[in-house]
Amino acid sequence: MNDARRAATPGGTGLGREWREDLLLLPAVIVAAAVVGIPILRVVQLSLSRVELDGGLKIAWNGLGQFVRLWQDGRWWIALRNTTEFTVLSIVCEMALGVAGALLLHRSFRGRGAARALVVLPWALPTAVMSLGWAWIFNDAFGVMNDLLLRIGVLDHPVAWLGRPDTAMAAMVVADVWKTTPFVTLVVLAGLQGISVEVQEAAALDGLTGGQRLRHIVLPLLRPALLVALVFRIIQAFGAFDVVYVMTGGGPGGSTETVSLYAYKNYFRYLDFAYGSAVAVQSVLLVGLVTAALMRLSSGSRGTR
Amino acid sequence: MNRLPRWLSRLAGQALFGAAVLALVAWSLAPAVWQALTALKPDAQITHMPLVYLPRPATWEHVARLWQRKPFGTYLLNSAWVSAWATLLCVAVAALAAARVARLSARSREGLLLGLLVISLFPPILLLFPLYEGARALGWINHSLALILPYAALNLPLALWVLESAFRQLPAALDEAGRVDGLSPLQRVALIHVPVALPAVATTALLVFIFCWNEFMLAVTFMTRDDRKTVTAGIASVSGASVYEIPWGQLAAAVLIATLPLLVLVLLFQRRIVAGLTRGAVKG
Repeated sequence: MNDARRAATPGGTGLGREWREDLLLLPAVIVAAAVVGIPILRVVQLSLSRVELDGGLKIAWNGLGQFVRLWQDGRWWIALRNTTEFTVLSIVCEMALGVAGALLLHRSFRGRGAARALVVLPWALPTAVMSLGWAWIFNDAFGVMNDLLLRIGVLDHPVAWLGRPDTAMAAMVVADVWKTTPFVTLVVLAGLQGISVEVQEAAALDGLTGGQRLRHIVLPLLRPALLVALVFRIIQAFGAFDVVYVMTGGGPGGSTETVSLYAYKNYFRYLDFAYGSAVAVQSVLLVGLVTAALMRLSSGSRGTR
Repeated sequence: MNRLPRWLSRLAGQALFGAAVLALVAWSLAPAVWQALTALKPDAQITHMPLVYLPRPATWEHVARLWQRKPFGTYLLNSAWVSAWATLLCVAVAALAAARVARLSARSREGLLLGLLVISLFPPILLLFPLYEGARALGWINHSLALILPYAALNLPLALWVLESAFRQLPAALDEAGRVDGLSPLQRVALIHVPVALPAVATTALLVFIFCWNEFMLAVTFMTRDDRKTVTAGIASVSGASVYEIPWGQLAAAVLIATLPLLVLVLLFQRRIVAGLTRGAVKG
């Protein structure tokens, strides 16, 4: 990939390649094959099959049958739309808030260590558990969200947040933004630490204002970090499960059902294993396509390679 | 703006900055603080309109009743047990592999780490059903191994990244010396790599432990018996007989108890966690 780096890194040639050294990789390979490799092959196989429950699973080749069914399934398209909406909304908020937070926490001030720890906290708490907490915050009768918004006059009557399609989606997005913004903040903070002080000082000497420095120097240099954060977040948000399962269960009326939850219900509620597999495989293919396009686009426009 | 004396505009800037930091910290803490306040309020105050913000008097009745109704101590123990074993397995396996990967040529190393990245990006829903099939076939439903093994594997990429970047910084001469002394590869990892890079190993373990503790999808699917549930799966079953009698005080208490161990971990080791995560993230 990168010739300069390849040459600069001490390679393995000096130590000799004994097979005994390679054995160190074996446990990792076995564990990864058992838990990731084989299951992926299996889920692809199931998605291309017709499965009947008859004592055990009876599996028959079905070609793209499940996928054709999927493309004609209105509920799949609604789930896909919900997932896309959830992903786009939460990522826009997270990237903006995450970058802002990182810029704040990058400056040195008294108590910065403590502030960083507290800001990272939401990320370290279990999503499933805190989603329950958010459901309570958005409770229609006794929720603190309604109370606060009524007090400051944004609302004039309480809202049944989780009982209406648009507000239920908004509540989920808020919970997700709270939970995952720290991840973006951390990645951007790491990126900021890689920008040398000299570059910033030179820019200041050239008479650039803070805003200009941010736009023309800091943000361009942050691009790799932003891309990493974006890719990770797209994939995680697109696979959102915990927050939906706990906060709305996909309701009301399927208006917040995500593709992961739809696959889950096909598996364990409708016992339609082949179809559930097709849902899961199709969503992964889609998100893989999106991220590949994103990475291609960004490496292309940088003009390297 | 330009008319303002310099010290005044600087003071204003600092005040603004301080306010922004405070707002950020408040936003991060508020939902958790609200759970704590709810958990300590008597029922009459939880359902009192307009809302009572501070519990007066504070009460432990929700925590006590939660403990009576649900085997919450068991949930916590299950979580600790599963997470600890998964962490141990994951870090051990990752350390062995990382020691080898760190000595690969840059080209194959980057290829391998990129492949790992791709693996780590598969959403768990893709693996869920085959893993469930496997767990059933092995008779592992309601057995902690059904969680320990997947947890260890799913966190392997992260552990490998962090450990590999730490091991790569060790001087090759150290490894060579161990080889000359007749240590096997396994012994060298255990006696040289891990002790010398202990801070990185500890950070990795901490991160993996947190991820295991927080996992929900597999836990709620594989652990159907109440005495086997981890704390994330257990909490989902705290709700009352119907939606209309959800015991909010007890739920808030449950949220509080499940997150408390993590709160302590993060506050104790924040520097380590931030450093380890940023390293893993930048490498990714």
